[in-house]
Amino acid sequence: MSGANATAGFAPPRTLVLPPVGLLLAWTVIALVLSWAVVPGLFAWHDPLQGVAGEQLLPPSLEHPLGTDGLGRDMLARVVYGARESLLGALLAVGVGLTLGTALGLLAGARGGIADAAVMRLVDTLLAIPSLLLSLSVIILLGFGSINAAIAVGFVSVAHFARLSRAEVLRVRRTEYVEAAFGSGGRFLAVLWRHVLPNALTSVLALAALQFGSAILALSTLGFLGYGAPPPTPEWGLLIAEGRDFLATAWWLSCAPGVVVLLVVLSAERISRSLGARRT
Amino acid sequence: MRRYLLQRLGQALLVLLAAYTVAFVLLQALPGDAVLIKFLGSEMGLTADQIAELRIAYGADAPVWEQYLHTLGRFLAGEFGYSIRAGVPVASLLAENIRPTLVLAGLALAAASLLAVALAVLSQLGFGWVRAVVRSMPPFFVAVPVFWLGIMLIQVFSFQLGLISVIAPEPWEELVLPVLTLAVPISAPLAQLLIRNLDAILNEPFVAVARAKGATHAWVLWRHAARNALPPTLTMAGVLFGELLGGAVVTETVFGLGGLGGLTQQAVANQDVAVLQAIVVLSAAAFVAISLAMDLLLPLIDPRLATRPAGAA
Repeated sequence: MSGANATAGFAPPRTLVLPPVGLLLAWTVIALVLSWAVVPGLFAWHDPLQGVAGEQLLPPSLEHPLGTDGLGRDMLARVVYGARESLLGALLAVGVGLTLGTALGLLAGARGGIADAAVMRLVDTLLAIPSLLLSLSVIILLGFGSINAAIAVGFVSVAHFARLSRAEVLRVRRTEYVEAAFGSGGRFLAVLWRHVLPNALTSVLALAALQFGSAILALSTLGFLGYGAPPPTPEWGLLIAEGRDFLATAWWLSCAPGVVVLLVVLSAERISRSLGARRT
Repeated sequence: MRRYLLQRLGQALLVLLAAYTVAFVLLQALPGDAVLIKFLGSEMGLTADQIAELRIAYGADAPVWEQYLHTLGRFLAGEFGYSIRAGVPVASLLAENIRPTLVLAGLALAAASLLAVALAVLSQLGFGWVRAVVRSMPPFFVAVPVFWLGIMLIQVFSFQLGLISVIAPEPWEELVLPVLTLAVPISAPLAQLLIRNLDAILNEPFVAVARAKGATHAWVLWRHAARNALPPTLTMAGVLFGELLGGAVVTETVFGLGGLGGLTQQAVANQDVAVLQAIVVLSAAAFVAISLAMDLLLPLIDPRLATRPAGAA
């Protein structure tokens, strides 16, 4: 634990200490999936959308490492190309949660009084509604689709970001250097921007990493339920749903994308922990 | 104490009203209205006049604030309107579907608690690598997609091992895999909290005293640590309830079971706003009630908490 913090922190020790194996693996997984999203052509040599007639439901082989699905499409290609959909969705979700939540939290923490009370009651309320139901409500409002699903998932994390950033602002505000900044005539917004925000950033970043993993998981759930990207799109949750129809004969179709989701979420959690996330 | 109670109750009611407002804004005030969604696009060939009549019948033509108060009044009276799709009262749909979900969620909670306690005990008693493996289980359980876990369990237990038949299963047989599926993600936060509490307590001075007097590890764990580690898990009850409900939606969909989860899933697929609104408000009410009950109960179980009734929640 402490080793992880030391290596992921700012001051590098004199002798080069390798980060723990788990953390290294986590970064490897994320880097791999990121490169899937950026240059999918390097990792998959088949078309993810165009099936080949007569090659349906092939078992894993050298040519098709993860086999082919019911329409003769290469499963590896679909998983690799699916990374873009899932990662972009998760990024958008975290972006929505981060901006809205941090803005609310900063407002509450810095202003105090009625603003604080109002924001905190809103946070309580958002936390009182089970997260899946909350995102389903947003989806009913916005309609189905990958972007709408991402917004719906991001909406759920607003409360977490707001609570954390408020707590951080309150913590930093009490420190001497912020009081000194105010004392030497710093204006409210300027102090907030120059002193409070940078010092609150580390834990917000750690939460963002954690929420990134949760967003991937939530997005795949929405995709599985059929509220995300429409069918021809390769999306991990949708791939699992499609593979379900062939469970008795071709179990690997559902297995592979699930393992990918599991590994990515696990890695995000590990990285978040190394950044010093405090679970709220 | 009485003042604290009233204050806490008022806070709970406020959150509940706010939850209703959020559900209202998201589901009723913004999306045009459900009547239009259903009848305008459909092949029923209704005239504009007929649609206007229907809107009056459903109360969709009234100004927003009037709808807000009207719906609130109905909810308080225990009336949740009509399902736009099925045309039956939402209340009767809920009544029909709540039992199977309660059974599923209750069994899953029991299984999850067993699993969490087992992990927590192993995390203290196990040797070397066992401890490491056990401690890495909760994050692993959190990261598993619930629906995928359900599918994989079907694959392993029904198709590979043939232990649980897919076609015409016995009632108990039908529940084994769903309960297991739902229990895994629920057990994770419980186990995590228990392990953290045990770690903290075993470092306390009074544990050292007990050890110095010759207590065995198991005795310390049972007699001293467990008593102190268990009560704080009650504070998670509200969160767990939400996870159970969300998990039930997914689990019931995967296993094709009827219940609140299936109802929710259909409501979203059919844009049946009234049904989802009722489910959202009722689950928020349950969450608030559970949290309130735990806040009031905890000082009774753990006397140390009674001395500092912190209103900071």
